[in-house]
Amino acid sequence: MLDQSADGYVTEDGRQIGGVLMEMRNITLKFGGVTAIENISFDIREGEIRAIIGPNGAGKSSMLNVISGFYVPSEGEVWFRGARRPQLKPYQVARQGIARTFQNIALFHGMSTLDNIMTGRMTLMKSSIGAQAIWKGAAEREETEHREAVEKIIDFLEIQAIRKTPVGRLPYGLQKRVELGRALAAEPKLLLLDEPMAGMNVEEKEDMSRFILDVNDEFGTTIALIEHDMGVVMDLSDRVVVMDYGKKIGDGTPDEVRGNQAVIDAYLGVSHD
Amino acid sequence: MPEQLLFAVEVTLNGLMAGVMYALVALGFVLIFKASGIFNYAQGVMALFAALTLVGLQNGQIPFAHLINAIFGTKLHHFGWHMPAVLAILLAAGVMVILAILVERYLLKHLVNQEPIILFMATIGLAYFMEGIGDLMWGSDIKKMDVGLPQGGSFWIEENTQWLGFGNENFYGFFLDQLDIVATVIAAILVAGLVIFSQYTKQGRAMRAVADDHQAALSVGISLRFIWVLVWSIAGFVALVAGIMWGAKSGVQFSLSLIALKALPVLMLGGFTSIPGAIVGGLIIGVGEKLFEFSIGPLVGGATENWFAYVLALIFLVFRPQGLFGEKIIERV
Ligand SMILES: Nc1ncnc2c1ncn2[C@@H]1O[C@H](COP(=O)(O)OP(=O)(O)OP(=O)(O)O)[C@@H](O)[C@H]1O
Ligand SMILES: [Mg+2]
Repeated sequence: MLDQSADGYVTEDGRQIGGVLMEMRNITLKFGGVTAIENISFDIREGEIRAIIGPNGAGKSSMLNVISGFYVPSEGEVWFRGARRPQLKPYQVARQGIARTFQNIALFHGMSTLDNIMTGRMTLMKSSIGAQAIWKGAAEREETEHREAVEKIIDFLEIQAIRKTPVGRLPYGLQKRVELGRALAAEPKLLLLDEPMAGMNVEEKEDMSRFILDVNDEFGTTIALIEHDMGVVMDLSDRVVVMDYGKKIGDGTPDEVRGNQAVIDAYLGVSHD
Repeated sequence: MPEQLLFAVEVTLNGLMAGVMYALVALGFVLIFKASGIFNYAQGVMALFAALTLVGLQNGQIPFAHLINAIFGTKLHHFGWHMPAVLAILLAAGVMVILAILVERYLLKHLVNQEPIILFMATIGLAYFMEGIGDLMWGSDIKKMDVGLPQGGSFWIEENTQWLGFGNENFYGFFLDQLDIVATVIAAILVAGLVIFSQYTKQGRAMRAVADDHQAALSVGISLRFIWVLVWSIAGFVALVAGIMWGAKSGVQFSLSLIALKALPVLMLGGFTSIPGAIVGGLIIGVGEKLFEFSIGPLVGGATENWFAYVLALIFLVFRPQGLFGEKIIERV
């Protein structure tokens, strides 16, 4: 059992995990008659990689959408950095330092890789319309800074070769990588990844796993990710939330949830009644 | 040079300048369509409303005077000032920004995620509403637009191109309307300004992002509502410029809102999402319509300008439905 005191814990590989960064309290989400999330609580701690797993339709993406403000929970509270968060719009959540990717990739298809990642820095751009018109020097200096940060991300993700390519023309695996790059560009406190490796081959998955670990390690970014590949989940994550039919059926280290009977049943398709 | 060719060149030049006007109106459509997927039927009425407001402000007309007089039995008409044109233009631009805010607040906000046809219907409603309000505020009489733009033919161009006729007695040099020339220059500056804004400013980048993908734009921290206000404000400003040009040429009258209909074939040609398309499409229609009237018109009894643009658009629809600059539409199976 992990020691989950208020000031965090130490992982198996010796990383220090901090206090609670984000906490979901009794979240329920309904769509008409469908209950996508039913009274779920869990927390995400500073510096950790938190996985959310579960069968198709379990409500994983819905949970991520609640965190990022795309869905409004029917009940429950979201706590961020020790304070209750009022209901925010997605763009307001983004401005609080929470970046995300989408299960079905949402890129700016007409823009190049470079431009996509640059747009990821939107929340960090300061110059207002007026300032840019009047004070060109400052705007240019800012532009250079952003460009440098973007180039670093491009190097980091090893996508120099496609810098200028319109992303609509890229293969799926690379699009996923650009989308990660755009999220990273915001220098987020919390990074939400919805199935970052779906549809990738083994080699691409290995690359992506390495990037996720490096992001967490180098920048100390807290990461919550949804993933179907159990091997990947076991390798990457510090703690796992397991969902099934909108309910939380498990929460703990990868080893703990792997041994949990309810989780085993859900994955083996034992009938629900 | 043979006489016919010289006249054809003159017709082409005049067509280009008429095309600038179409391009301006089409530009307003494209801006809003790109950012919000709304085909804004009210774009033409916005030009009318902007022009009415400008003239009203400039002449110190009291808004809603008729209404006020009818209710209170007063005889109000004018504030009794005459504003400099520049000030009136700035104020009218301000009114268009307020209009954009109101449209977002009371219309768009409530129609998010609705079918395009519903949004379209909403803009038809908006068009008639604005036409009515424009009438109530400023009256329905034809007004003279006087913001100091030059009128009449340019003698300078005429005199300096006369030699092209090489002694031909029927050729007096190219006749170009000074107002058209000014309109062209202003439109070019406006477009250049828009391009710079969208390429080099934070808000311009946000605008492009929203035009590309709403969900992705939200996730990088862009407020859709702010962008909509911004885009409608810019479209309002473009409408103001178009309204000034058209108003200076033929007076501010309610038929102004009909130029919106000419923008439709322009959009068919240029594509609904392409700014260069709107400009090139506008010029092609302007030139095509004038040249056609010049060459074929006499053979078919004239008045081809009424239908030429629509037929051209129809031909385009059949052979290149995505427009000049749109990407080829390939059905996914
Ligand atoms: N916008 C929506 N409107 C209506 N129902 C929705 C909406 N989004 C999700 N749902 C429903 O909520 C339930 C959970 O969906 P969700 O996408 O969160 O599952 P998931 O765990 O991410 O599944 P997958 O692994 O297939 O991505 C499903 O029954 C789904 O149909
Ligand atoms: Mg999902």
